[in-house]
Amino acid sequence: MSNLAVRVEDIGKQYNIFQETARYITLREKIVETLKTPVKTLLNPTGSEKFWALRHVDFTLDHGQVLGVIGKNGAGKSTLLKILSRVVEPTEGLAEIHGRVGSLLEVGTGFHPELTGRENIFLNGAILGMKKSEIERKFDEIVAFSEIEKFIDTPVKRYSSGMYMRLAFAVSAHLEPEILVVDEVLAVGDAEFQRKCLGKMSDVASEGRTVIFVSHNMSAIQRLTQECIILDKGAMVLRARTPEAVDYYLTNDFSASGERRYTEEESSSAAYPFKPIAVRVKNPSGQVTDSLFSVDPLTIEVEYQLDADITGLRIGIYMMTSRGEFIFTSFDTDEPEKFQSMSMRKAGHYISRCVIPADTFNEGRFVIGINASSYMVKRYFSDERAMNFSINTTGAPGMHWVEIRHGPIRPRLDWRIEEIA
Amino acid sequence: MVVIQPSRGWVGLKLKDLWLYRELVYFLTWRDIKVRYKQSVLGILWAILKPFMAMVVFTIFFGNFAKIPSDGVPYPIFSYTATLPWELFAAALGVASRSMVSNSNMVSKIYFPRMIIPLASVMSSVVDFFIGFTILIGMMIFYKVTPTIATLWLPLLILLALITALGVGFWSSALMVRYRDVGYIMPFIANLWMYLTPVVYPSSMIPEKWRLLYALNPMTGVVEGFRYALLGTTQSVSGGMILVSSLIAIAVLISGMFYFRRMEKQFADMI
Repeated sequence: MSNLAVRVEDIGKQYNIFQETARYITLREKIVETLKTPVKTLLNPTGSEKFWALRHVDFTLDHGQVLGVIGKNGAGKSTLLKILSRVVEPTEGLAEIHGRVGSLLEVGTGFHPELTGRENIFLNGAILGMKKSEIERKFDEIVAFSEIEKFIDTPVKRYSSGMYMRLAFAVSAHLEPEILVVDEVLAVGDAEFQRKCLGKMSDVASEGRTVIFVSHNMSAIQRLTQECIILDKGAMVLRARTPEAVDYYLTNDFSASGERRYTEEESSSAAYPFKPIAVRVKNPSGQVTDSLFSVDPLTIEVEYQLDADITGLRIGIYMMTSRGEFIFTSFDTDEPEKFQSMSMRKAGHYISRCVIPADTFNEGRFVIGINASSYMVKRYFSDERAMNFSINTTGAPGMHWVEIRHGPIRPRLDWRIEEIA
Repeated sequence: MVVIQPSRGWVGLKLKDLWLYRELVYFLTWRDIKVRYKQSVLGILWAILKPFMAMVVFTIFFGNFAKIPSDGVPYPIFSYTATLPWELFAAALGVASRSMVSNSNMVSKIYFPRMIIPLASVMSSVVDFFIGFTILIGMMIFYKVTPTIATLWLPLLILLALITALGVGFWSSALMVRYRDVGYIMPFIANLWMYLTPVVYPSSMIPEKWRLLYALNPMTGVVEGFRYALLGTTQSVSGGMILVSSLIAIAVLISGMFYFRRMEKQFADMI
């Protein structure tokens, strides 16, 4: 028996543009339209433009491999997962799947608020393709994992969102297919919950299960996958080992301008009332640039609009290396006094700005991620790879030795040399 | 091994897949039933009240004032025996038509044979019918109607009503994904359909030579079959009529399944 788990051959998916905007029409419109323009309708029955959400994607995956799929919003990641989990049909190409597929495009599909936790476990399990006997066998484990024992016979509409997510994930986590297809399930919930999900996911991966995992979260990708494919505008750009792919992804296809502007489409309605406008890096003379000297301080600006007042809002930056390792995280209300005085941020147009002192970074490319959230309440917006910039270390400490300095930072330290007796 | 590739035009029904997912049919039916009776306080009362009130109004206006004949049985039980299967059909058709749109979240996230959704919603309508049936038993006792051996036909007649609802439901639910205004049209169609069905009048009012044509409406067979099975009326029904109704119902079901399967691949894209 061959060890092949998944073979994807020249897969493509085409959508009509109109499906993106108004996805359904009325019968009345259709009839009127057909009567009005019989000729046009006959020639072009759908009467709309088409675009390829995904095209010419080829790859194979062996049993036991964990493959990451990375790409920007709209790169075709979700389309690929939907095709592999048979939710949508491809327009062209072929995929072969050897084994039972379980797909987690979201957690809690089919949960009904009126039903109790217990009832929803059975319902959701069945929707995910588990047999009743299988659910019964795993029931106690699922309840224990979700930590909601006391509320198991309470309708889930009375659950807090955290409890709801835990229960939903618990059911999904106990699905045991041979091939698991996972979308960004980890992008929800609080940090503790995310940690738990990641832990469970790495258990699954280490059990030798075949997993296809889509995420924006580079640290999750690095922890869970050995290999990745990168999608961009529906095409497969690269397939490589994870460190290489993450490096490629974080450093390529950015505008080399030192500024990242967000379009209307990118600021999703889920982020409401937060609307990102731009992230930019400036040198000491105030120029927007993506190439800076390590001996200069650099300014990072996050520009955004609030369409309504937000209580407890904090705007944060993540600083990462091009390999996706975190260097630090900082929020604009890290100072307790500032957090007190800005407890409510009124609707309006803002810039949150910080200065990173001179002699912080080592040579190389760095990635800025941004985050807008209210602690323990909601994460409005997050973009872990908003933009990147490069650092030139001319004049930095130790430059008189031509050698590689390890580590992402290169602080200028106040060395004292004492001679003892 | 599963092969995923584009399909063109008419496709097979994949009944084997449907069988593999039979537990999901059970769970979704069970969910619909549970939610229905949890959400409405009236719940059970409503299931009794609806056909009962219809029967009262029919009796007053059609039975008393319009003096519509009732094949020799008291008009109240004559109309109730028909209202009950009619309500079963109308309710099943209503939920089945809306089912794809109201379960759109599931459809866009998880794969399973889509035919399960209308199927489960039709099954869940049966509960109301059985609740309403208790009233019928009461009325049969009140009017001293003795059940005969013909009562054994009931399960098949119920099945015929469900098959008809499911067949039309496959068509309408698939259409509603594409054309949302089908949702407004369906109640109107159901309303007209009721007057094309011998609910408030007997088929015996229709000239004999037209009866087989009249039975092209599968609900004619169901309703007159019910009266025959429970009340023993023979003026209005013949084996030929039941046969015609059954054949049409099966034809609608099979065509509905094929149409649904043909549209199925677009559901997740459009919903």
